[in-house]
Parts: sequence; C-alpha cells; structure tokens
Amino acid sequence: MAPETNVPALEVHDLTVAFDRKPVLWNIDLVIPQGKIVGIVGPNGAGKSTLIKSIMGLLPLSSGYTKLFDQSLNDVRNKISYVPQRESVDWDFPASVMDVVLMGRYSRLGLFKRPRKADRDVALDCLRKVGMEAFANRQISQLSGGQQQRTFLARALAQQADVYFMDEPFAGVDAATEKTIITLLRTMAQSGKTVIVVHHDLQSVTNYFDWVIMLNTRLIASGPTAETFTQENLQETYGGKLTLLADVGDLIRRENFPQREKRI
Amino acid sequence: MNDFYIILTASLVASSCALLGCFLILRRMAMVGDAISHAVLPGIVLAFLFSGSRDSVTMLIGAGLIGVFTTFLIEFFHKKARLQTDAAIGVTFTWLFAVGVVLISIFAGKVDLDQDCVLYGEIAYVPLDVIISPAGANLGPKAIYVMGFVLTVIIIFIVTGYKELFLTTFDPAYASAIGISTSLWHYLLMSAVSVTTVSSFESVGAILVVALLIAPAATAYLLTDNFKWMLALACTAGVLASLTGYYFAVWLDGSIAGAIAAMSGIIFGLAMVFSPTHGLFFKKLRQVAH
Repeated sequence: MAPETNVPALEVHDLTVAFDRKPVLWNIDLVIPQGKIVGIVGPNGAGKSTLIKSIMGLLPLSSGYTKLFDQSLNDVRNKISYVPQRESVDWDFPASVMDVVLMGRYSRLGLFKRPRKADRDVALDCLRKVGMEAFANRQISQLSGGQQQRTFLARALAQQADVYFMDEPFAGVDAATEKTIITLLRTMAQSGKTVIVVHHDLQSVTNYFDWVIMLNTRLIASGPTAETFTQENLQETYGGKLTLLADVGDLIRRENFPQREKRI
Repeated sequence: MNDFYIILTASLVASSCALLGCFLILRRMAMVGDAISHAVLPGIVLAFLFSGSRDSVTMLIGAGLIGVFTTFLIEFFHKKARLQTDAAIGVTFTWLFAVGVVLISIFAGKVDLDQDCVLYGEIAYVPLDVIISPAGANLGPKAIYVMGFVLTVIIIFIVTGYKELFLTTFDPAYASAIGISTSLWHYLLMSAVSVTTVSSFESVGAILVVALLIAPAATAYLLTDNFKWMLALACTAGVLASLTGYYFAVWLDGSIAGAIAAMSGIIFGLAMVFSPTHGLFFKKLRQVAH
C-alpha cells in the first residue's frame, strides 16, 4: 500500500552523530518530499555515508530523531531499501547473481521460509530492469564493477520498497551502467519512489537530481536542485577547495578532457 | 566394530565442524573458532567443578556460555579498547586458556580431567565408554550419541536460519538495513561453534578440533563457487579425513586424532594443487595451453 503522497518521505530532526566525541554530523534538520531523486553532496569526510547509515539506524545517534512517512524507523523497515558501497562486500563470496538478488526478498519472507517461484520471478524481473537477466546464474566473482553495481541495484529493487538509500552507486562504473542506473532512478521517481543517493561527481548533479542535500558536517542546504545548487552554497560546502575545483571544472570543459575513467 | 565406531565418531565431529567452518572462513573469523576452542577450557573445568560430573549436558552449557563470553570479550576489546581484532583475539583466548590450565592443575586431585586428554583427545577410547540399557544391552558408544545429537542440532540450525546466516555473512550492513539482527546471528553462530568444540574435545581434543573447523571448509572453498555445495564438500572432506586419518594412524601406530588432522591438511593441499577452478595445477595447464 502506497503511503499518502503529501506526507514527507523523510524527516530528520536535530540529528547529531559523533565518533569518539568528535562530531561527524552536527544538528542536521531536513525534510524530503516523496518521489524525488535526491543527491547528497559534500567533500570527503563530510558525513554523507554516515547520514544515510544513521537514518537507517545502522549507527547510534548522539541526538535527534528521524521519521519516514511520519512513522518511526522500525514501523516502516520494510519500505526501506539500501544499496551499500560496492567495495563493502567480498565479491569472491561463493554466490550467484540470483542468490544476491534473492536477498532482496528475505525481509518479506521472514524466518524459516525459503524463496519461492514468485520470489524468483520478481528477482528475474529486477535483473531484467538493470539489463542483467543473462547473468542470473553467473558467479559474482566474475562480474565487472558495473555489473556488481547493477546486481546490488536489482537486489534493492527486488525489495519493492518506497525509499531507497544508495551509497555512491555511480562510483567507478562504466558509462553504460551509469546510463542504466539514471534511467532506472527516473522511472522509480515517476512511480512515486524516493531515491536518496550519495554522490561526489559535481558535474552531473544538475542533470541527475531533482533535490540536493549539501553537507559538510553541518547541513549547508537542502532543496530543489535549481534553487539550491548555487555557486554560493557550493563555496560554503567545499570551502577554499572549491576555487580549485571550479578551476578544474573550467579546464575540463575547455580541454574536453574525459570526466572520469570509462571502463567498458 | 571398534574401527567403525571410531571412524563414525570422527566423521560426526568433522561434519559438525566443517559446516560451521564454512561460515567462519567466509566471515573472516577462522581465528575466532581457534580462540573459542581454546577458551572453552575454563568453562569445561568450572562446569565440572560445579556439577561434579562429566555429564555432557552440563559441560555443553558451561562451555557454551564461556564461548559466547569469549566472542563478547573479543568484540569488547576491539570496540571499547580500540585494539585490533587479531590482538583482541590473541589476548582473550590465551588468557582464558591459561585460566583453564591453572584450574585443572589446582583441582587436579578432585577433577577427573586430564590435561593431555583435554588438549589432544583420545578418540581410541571412544568405543570403551558405552551406554548400557537398563536391560543390560550394549547400545554403543556414548560419544556417537552426543556427536550425533550435536550434528543434528547444527543441521537444523543451518537449515532453518540459512537465509539469515547467508545474508549476515555476505553483507551485514544490508542485513541490518532490512531489519535482520546481525549480532543475534553472530552470537547464535558462536554458540554453535562453542557447543561443537566442547562436545568434540573428548574425542579429538580442544586443539585438533581447530584443524577440523578450518581445513575442510577451506578445502571446499577452493573447490566450488556455490555455497550449498561448499557446505556439502566441506563435510565430505571432513569425513574423508576421518576415514583416511584413522587407517593412517593404524598403519603408523600413532595418534588417531593427530593423523586425522594431518590428513585434513593433506586433503587441503591436494585441493590447493588440483582444484579445477582455483588449483595451481590447472592454472599452470591453462597458461601453458595459451
């Protein structure tokens, strides 16, 4: 059952997270409406991954609280999905692509129950959406970086959730995968899903995201990309480093350098 | 018949260990298995002192608790004292093991426990400790019942919790995100390891059980890319080690437990060289063919 559309997908209030008394996130307050593709940007160590992990309850909060669809996290667990960073798991694990995608069905199955035909059908359908149906029985150790990322995405899709948190899904993937992912995100947003993405390639922000969260331990800004992703806010988020970044950006545009390493 | 009883006991021990070992090595916790197998020693002694008997159930509970305590201590040192995991393991299990050794030596007079027996086991005595029914019939060695029970429990545990164990092993962060408690399954698995270790100590000894926890699972890891096959192959490797190890020991007239552990090492070596996918031999062959 889809939640009411006027309820915000996510609310974060006074969120502070600290490791060893050193704050990683400080007093974050934000509200995200439903059906948006949201980018979280900020320099390294700004707390981008920490933010999504603490919203999902993977890290202890020092203060503050979060709400999803106006309910507490534990009441809406099954509406939340997560795409961790690709490097966070061991890809030499003895499992097939299908095994991994089926994990997306586990939360619906509950204890003691095994995935059934219907679950396999959903998993296959999700693999089709990311263009990986031919790889269902492939060993995960034989996948390329882009294919690993698509597998993770298919697993999240198989969960049929309403909010998706993704940790750098565009990092180190080939151009074709990047295109598949962004097309998929747009389709998801159109059907009312909310997708929150940790991102660090500033060049593509305006193109990819409807909404942007700019973070550097504190929240600098959160709002529709057109109004929020401004030179001023960028300056404040990246501090002195941005002048350098802006220079590099100009240089790239002028010289038409490839923006990232493209592996195909 | 004695041959059969000894090989059956060893196979039951090896299969229980192999199944759990698969999870341990994939979680990069092989050394935690090692640690638990040593650290349960004080648990065995204390359970014995409190209950005054070598009744298996009391021992299992005592050692199970100490095993979980060990993993808890390791986590505690790692998280609170900011010690590296391997250092935390090193401190914890040697300390607990030493406490166990001291306890045995203090109560040597009162405790019917022999250090050599605890450490090295004596599987050759398995056929001597039999269960006699009230009617006086010989029902076979007690160790077979105990290990058969333990193996059954472990199989039930893995079958019912397969999804959760698989997921928390592969991707703990995702597991927590979808609401599966990683620490619950961690401690359940560690309890299973403790119970297996303790119930095996009488037959193969607290130290050699480590060989059976890791070597068959490592062998299976080299032979397959499918997790269910890995579990099956690990058991096969364990049973094979028990069988060949027994006859190896008879031929040498040496320690049976030692020979079984040695054979599991040799089987691992063979897999290392001749595995069709990861083996050195076929890799070389493919290189030459190209």
